[in-house]
Amino acid sequence: MEDCLSKKVEITVSEAEKRTGRNAMNMQETYTAYLIETRAVESQNEGQCSPVDSLWRRYSEFELLRNYLLVTFPHIVVPPLPEKRADFVWHKLSADNMDPDFVERRRIGLENFLLRVASHPVLCQDNIFYSFLTQEGGWKEMVNETGFQLKADSRLKALNATFRVKNPDKRFTELKHYSDELQSVISHLLRVRARVADRLYGVYKVHGNYGRVFSEWSAIEKEMGDGLQSAGHHMDVYAASIDDILEEEEHYADQLKEYLFYAEALRAVCRKHELMQYDLEMAAQDLTSKKQQCEELATGTVRTFSLKGMTSKLFGQENPEQREAKIKVLEEQIQEGEEQLKSKNLEGRDFVKSAWADIERFKEQKNHDLKEALISYAVMQISMCKKGIQVWTNAKECFSKM
Amino acid sequence: QDASLVEANSFSPSLPTSPSSMINQYKFEEEPELRDLFITVDDPESHITAIETFITYRVVTKTSRSEFDSSEYEVRRRYQDFLWLKGKLEEAHPTLIIPPLPEKFIMKGMVERFNDEFIETRRKALHKFLNRIADHPTLTFNEDFKIFLTAQAWELSSHKKQGPGLLSRMGQTVRAVASSVRGGVKNRPEMFTEMNDYMETFSQKINVLDKIAHRIYKEEREYFNEMKEYGPIHTLWSASEEDIADSLKGVASCIDKCCKATEKRMAGLSENLLPVIHEYVLYSEILMGVLKRRDLIQGELDSKVDALASKRAEKDVITEEIGKLEDKVECANNALKADWERWKQNMQYDMRAAFTNVAENNLHYYEE
Repeated sequence: MEDCLSKKVEITVSEAEKRTGRNAMNMQETYTAYLIETRAVESQNEGQCSPVDSLWRRYSEFELLRNYLLVTFPHIVVPPLPEKRADFVWHKLSADNMDPDFVERRRIGLENFLLRVASHPVLCQDNIFYSFLTQEGGWKEMVNETGFQLKADSRLKALNATFRVKNPDKRFTELKHYSDELQSVISHLLRVRARVADRLYGVYKVHGNYGRVFSEWSAIEKEMGDGLQSAGHHMDVYAASIDDILEEEEHYADQLKEYLFYAEALRAVCRKHELMQYDLEMAAQDLTSKKQQCEELATGTVRTFSLKGMTSKLFGQENPEQREAKIKVLEEQIQEGEEQLKSKNLEGRDFVKSAWADIERFKEQKNHDLKEALISYAVMQISMCKKGIQVWTNAKECFSKM
Repeated sequence: QDASLVEANSFSPSLPTSPSSMINQYKFEEEPELRDLFITVDDPESHITAIETFITYRVVTKTSRSEFDSSEYEVRRRYQDFLWLKGKLEEAHPTLIIPPLPEKFIMKGMVERFNDEFIETRRKALHKFLNRIADHPTLTFNEDFKIFLTAQAWELSSHKKQGPGLLSRMGQTVRAVASSVRGGVKNRPEMFTEMNDYMETFSQKINVLDKIAHRIYKEEREYFNEMKEYGPIHTLWSASEEDIADSLKGVASCIDKCCKATEKRMAGLSENLLPVIHEYVLYSEILMGVLKRRDLIQGELDSKVDALASKRAEKDVITEEIGKLEDKVECANNALKADWERWKQNMQYDMRAAFTNVAENNLHYYEE
């Protein structure tokens, strides 16, 4: 935490620009590029204006960076990217990736992602991440050269492990349940919030119709005319105010979304643990069966059914030399296996220890961020009510003058 | 004819009709201590006979007027009876603005004719109807009105059977339609043309307002429905959390409070603004009818004047008839003019009150 990149370097994603180019299949495509600016903090403290380094990156490069981090640091809860496609949209919000509001919110989300990585004690020290921020050309090649894609665990393997593992660490099992619950409750909340926003939009906007009718009606009234006309103006103000209110709420929704996606990152760590644990259990099982085989060959007793045993019974026993050779091979394998098991055990314990440390760090961050988000939501609601009070106080005054 | 002459005297053009004095006169009528007729409509009851099912409402009258034999009356009336009363009032005072009755049927979304909401809305409107008549300086002394408030069921039935029958009333309606088909009246005083133009625009605007107000109510109800689901999600979430559980529960309870506030706001709309606007939608139809009836009366005069021009022989007879008709027209015009001013004052007051109420409800909503 003390040596985090974020303390030394100021990072911003300051602009977004539409670009056209040719994709891998030589077809024309339109995409958005984001400008990443970095500036050293220290020289600012000395009162000097330090130079700004900048380069452009597109969303797919961010994705590549994150995938690299996921594979390279499987024990870390890797911060999530803002959503690929607009989800949880309500009526007025566009689902179009090119929509300026969506691009703006994505820009903020990408900046947030970089800041999260830069302030993570482990992740911020990674070279690839540093190059992402500073080296425009050749970065993609650099990442691919690390060969991280080969290290990635296959989905199938992970799934298999999840079902077959016998003794995962109970804390991870609980964590997995928690992340499932978190994901389900936040996505439900976001869905309903979008519907509530839609309805609220409707209520406010219909009041705008009052404005027009009041104005037309005031034309035929002598005494009521002024009151009606000015009241109508306030109804227009009321109807227009909802746009800003709901835009602010979108930022709140984005904060919740980040933790919705964080739940997936949590699950990734749990999956890694299950995989390692399963690996360990398989290795132990393998070792045990080899030891047994060895014993059987040495003593000539068949305690458990084995195909080899059957065939040798049917087709005749091996001669003593063959048996000795087999035993030797098995003993070597057993030795290897025991060493492997020891290192796997160590690996597993190290993983659990470091993963759990990061999980604790994450929990604190999550509690802090969510509490602040809830508070800011409440503040937003209060501000909305204050605006409402102001408009309706004015309207009431106009009505009473009718 | 004599009754309408009496009308003219109470509203002769020499009385000041400036807005401020009219307001004072209106306020005078509204002072509770100076009111001497109090009417309530309540207690709807269902009656099932072999032929039909219908609802009766209890009408309670308390009065200190000497014309009334007693100071308290309690009768039961059904919708048909109210319709009869309105018809009689229109007959007796063709150019006065008789308050609207709730509609016979509501087309939109009616599943059952006698569901509770429908009955309650109707009851409130009937209550308003009778009170508006009671507050009207002329209508309040109408004989049929008195009978309506005081007669027992059988008395009312036998009274209803007297007087001009259905056929004569139909005749009037036919003539009215015929005259309106013939086109606008040629000698219509400017004032009434202005009234006509005003009513056309007013009618348009009030109908649009009716739609807007209903739409707002609908949107608020949908918002309320979504909010009902929104709060509990936070409570559910708090069950998986430790540190932030209290914050989440806090948000949940706030959302629930907002829900209740929304309910109150909706109730305010449906109890105050919506019925008022609806009443004035009906009023705009009534006023168009009143203006047509005035035109009709004037039309009678005009056709007699034309007849005079062509038939020299019966000059005296026609001249006498014209004299009477001229009086009739003058009375009708004055009655309408005065009642119009009164109606406009009421409308202004009602609209101001209704919309101020809406503003207050919204203030309370946001404060909560």
